[in-house]
Amino acid sequence: MSALTAWVDGVGLLGPGLSDWPAACAVLKGETFYDPRPTVLPAPDSLPPTERRRTGRVVKLALAVGHEAASRAAVHPSHLPTVFSSSGADGQICHEICEVLATSDRQLSPTRFHNSVHNVAAGYWSIANGARAPSNCLCGFDASFAAGLLEALTQVAVERMPCLLIAYDTPYPEPLFAKRPIPDAFGVALLLSTEPRSGSLARITATLTDASPDRLSPPRLESLRSAIPAARSLPLLQTFAQRRAQRVVLDYLGELRLAVESEPCA
Amino acid sequence: MKPLVLTHFTATSCLGRGVAATLQALRERRSGLRKCTFETVDLPTYAGEVAGVDEVVLPDSLRPFDCRNNRLALLALRQDGFVNAVEDSVRRWGRRRVGVFLGTSTSGILQCEIAYRQRDPASGSLPADFDYATTQNSFSVAAFVRGALDLDGPAAVVCSACSSSAKVFGSARRMIEAGLIDAAVVGGVDSLCLTTLYGFHALQLISPGPCRPFDVARDGISIGEAAAYALLESPSSTVGTDTVRLLGVGESSDAYHMSSPHPEGAGARAAMLHALHSAGLEPGEIDYINLHGTGTQSNDNSESRAVSSLFGTDTPSSSTKGATGHALGAAGALEAVICALALQNDFMPAGVNTTRVDPALAVRYLSETRFGPLTHVLSNSFGFGGSNCSLIFGRERSGT
Repeated sequence: MSALTAWVDGVGLLGPGLSDWPAACAVLKGETFYDPRPTVLPAPDSLPPTERRRTGRVVKLALAVGHEAASRAAVHPSHLPTVFSSSGADGQICHEICEVLATSDRQLSPTRFHNSVHNVAAGYWSIANGARAPSNCLCGFDASFAAGLLEALTQVAVERMPCLLIAYDTPYPEPLFAKRPIPDAFGVALLLSTEPRSGSLARITATLTDASPDRLSPPRLESLRSAIPAARSLPLLQTFAQRRAQRVVLDYLGELRLAVESEPCA
Repeated sequence: MKPLVLTHFTATSCLGRGVAATLQALRERRSGLRKCTFETVDLPTYAGEVAGVDEVVLPDSLRPFDCRNNRLALLALRQDGFVNAVEDSVRRWGRRRVGVFLGTSTSGILQCEIAYRQRDPASGSLPADFDYATTQNSFSVAAFVRGALDLDGPAAVVCSACSSSAKVFGSARRMIEAGLIDAAVVGGVDSLCLTTLYGFHALQLISPGPCRPFDVARDGISIGEAAAYALLESPSSTVGTDTVRLLGVGESSDAYHMSSPHPEGAGARAAMLHALHSAGLEPGEIDYINLHGTGTQSNDNSESRAVSSLFGTDTPSSSTKGATGHALGAAGALEAVICALALQNDFMPAGVNTTRVDPALAVRYLSETRFGPLTHVLSNSFGFGGSNCSLIFGRERSGT
């Protein structure tokens, strides 16, 4: 089995009760009680005002965590290749389009339609940052985080370029919520690079495995991990927070899982 | 990049089922576009509907995946002995060493559109038999194909609008080169739905007639549906001279607008340039370009600028979307198969429906089919959000 290695230079995170990466670190180290208040999404200030008005929750979430990871690594995002991975596109827009299509009128808003694509966050990220580098956009349903991490790691290994992974999910409104109950918005971004730098958090090496996936304690954190695809990243993020060398197993596709050896940098 | 072999490939579109029907239609310059009568759609437009999708029956074990998109996926999978080729590959490498990377833009959204017409009048809830994960979700098609082929390796859906199923070649190639897998089923599946028909109509990008890429009077796209697959593997000693290889992949982002391409085609040019670099080829070594060529004013303008700035104005080029319609998330894979057919059968397909090539578009647009040996061809796929991908395919020729 081949191994894929990269260095993690920056992390961005936003989720229920987790306002940024330092806040998440405190929770993952057990220093702060985990209180899952609803996720608060910042306005996407990096976009021109005309574009900013048109963006929904999924764009706000992806841009916020992507920018946090890049700025923590002190890297300007304009030249970074990116991988976006999520279980769905903008759930609110999907709902609105399906509602209109169920009427006899069927007059869609053109902006709503182009913002309904799965790669909407990648498009706005590229516009916000003048980023012309390659960008991939994946969906793996509940496997979206591991699928995105594998894609990003193979990009680093094969293209010998850094890669910014942005994994994110937002809830659907009812009635779709009942069919796909993602409880709140959660996003994580990892800036991966080919070589260690001063400030690198950890070295990670991934392999496929059929070992059982790691779970989290306390139960509130485990609920978050199991409820939102992007939060399947939390066992890995905990090794960064705790600065602990550890092998964690992440959920991927049924019996096929992703083992990640994580080793903190000095 | 290290070249990969297309061990096998197949395509099903409005031109027909499998490569023989596709090849014959292309050679005869036939279009599969017809006046749109799909579902309850009431729009003055043409569409490339695949005949017989509704009659496809999924195997019992995969019944929860039943929706138009997965029926089309299965219909195409059953053509040309593709399943047997994948089984051979599994015998060579093992089922965990064969990945599945598919592109789609809307997957089984039609199922959700229909479910929204059947909401409970009191509670507003969707019908009990609507299954989000196995139909609507974009990953559904990869989970379904992985199940239908009994594969156990890595899988993902690329969902970057109309570049999706070109970009899967890049993802699969990286995973093979990284040594995680030895082979991959790559492809694209996109089926007709109301979201794209009414959505492109809202953007005023749909032609009332069959689309006419690169025509002076072009007035928009015709939406098609298709499923196309290739089995990508590392080269082995059994490779013959008619074997088609993936030689280069180039990807870029426009950083310009969500639904309009960069006017000078800067992102398109970057993708083609990266593909040439990755293949180690000069522009003059490309014999034919299968254009993205959607038939909108803006796409064909910007693409022709990008092509002429890199290749000059002499490289024979055409869009096959006049024949197939724009299969959106399946277009990249469908046109990759068309490029493979062109290489194996020594011809360059003419663009159909186009009667007067726009003199402002500085490319050598083929109005007649050309016959003759080809060594290297390039295929363009560009999508909403400014997502661009160019692929280069080639065939070994004695003396080259």
